[in-house]
Amino acid sequence: MKKIILLFALAFSAFLAQAQTGTTLKAGDKAPDFKLKNVDNKEVSFGTFKDAKGYIVVFTCNTCPYAIGYEQRIIDLDKKFRPQGYPVIAINPNDPEASTADTFSKMQDLAKEKKYPFPYLFDPGQKITDEYGAKRTPHVFIISKTAKGNVVEYVGAIDNDPEGNKADKVKYAEDVIASLKSGQKPAITQTKEIGCTVKRKAKA
Amino acid sequence: MKIKSISYIFLWTIFSVSAYSQNVKLLNINQLNERIKNGKDSTYVVNFWATWCAPCIKELPHFEKLSGEHKSEKLAVLLVSLDFKSKLESNVIPFVKRKNLKNEVFLLNESSPQEFIDRIDPSWSGSIPATLFIKGDKRKFVESEFTYEQLLTEYKKL
Repeated sequence: MKKIILLFALAFSAFLAQAQTGTTLKAGDKAPDFKLKNVDNKEVSFGTFKDAKGYIVVFTCNTCPYAIGYEQRIIDLDKKFRPQGYPVIAINPNDPEASTADTFSKMQDLAKEKKYPFPYLFDPGQKITDEYGAKRTPHVFIISKTAKGNVVEYVGAIDNDPEGNKADKVKYAEDVIASLKSGQKPAITQTKEIGCTVKRKAKA
Repeated sequence: MKIKSISYIFLWTIFSVSAYSQNVKLLNINQLNERIKNGKDSTYVVNFWATWCAPCIKELPHFEKLSGEHKSEKLAVLLVSLDFKSKLESNVIPFVKRKNLKNEVFLLNESSPQEFIDRIDPSWSGSIPATLFIKGDKRKFVESEFTYEQLLTEYKKL
């Protein structure tokens, strides 16, 4: 009996831990602004991109095989869509103590080595990660700038091919931006985010 | 007759030794479903893991222990890796050898997680570790890390 109570207690505390990390934003939600330090030590927020029509916010990291697999595709998204008004803003959601290769200085190293054309932001205390409810790396939020503020249009995966070996990928992120540019709402506003779980400090 | 049966035992031993040589086969969802359908009288515990997933690696010994302690029962523990196919030779096979895993290990031969996740269980977010328990018509999917006691409890409940 004791064991059962213990199990319940464990399950309940696990549930609470889950609840604390915040629910994931979805299409139609307001996209909260942030002011986070970029790898060049300058602060970046939505306002940094004055002429943007929207933003591709990607929670990604140095370490996850999925993030590494998508790295070039994230660079390509920025190269293609920043000139069209939709820049990539990357945020590392991992706790640097829980994932020691995701420290700010390691982020700087990677951004330099791979010549990231987009900001790669550190999120102290995982505050913005939790506001967005980012769960994985990579986890994409496409946002449009509207008269009513910044609005989430799409949440999920970049495409349907994490390993990157399919010729006929469904490019969710690109399709969303194509719709937004033509003044339409995207046909798909949510997919499963495929990747590694956001790394957090072990609960005491 | 005796010689024949001894040679069968001999062959069987060779076969099982080779089955234990930590071979990692590719497996798609159809093959997994087929495997489970063909073994209706068995209990299947299918654990989804990956070499890059720390909590998965932490709980793998519990799955080894589960099958080790229930050898007389009709239990098949299948460890299905979600590592990329390109990592089979470089990461998965060396890992399985190093850990000396005794359960059957597979690498999931599917390329569209958006589809296969729902085919395993519609409630699955895609996060690992995750484990599917199947006994006859009973099917239970759990998306969390287990202690050995929790794993044993789920198995006994079936």
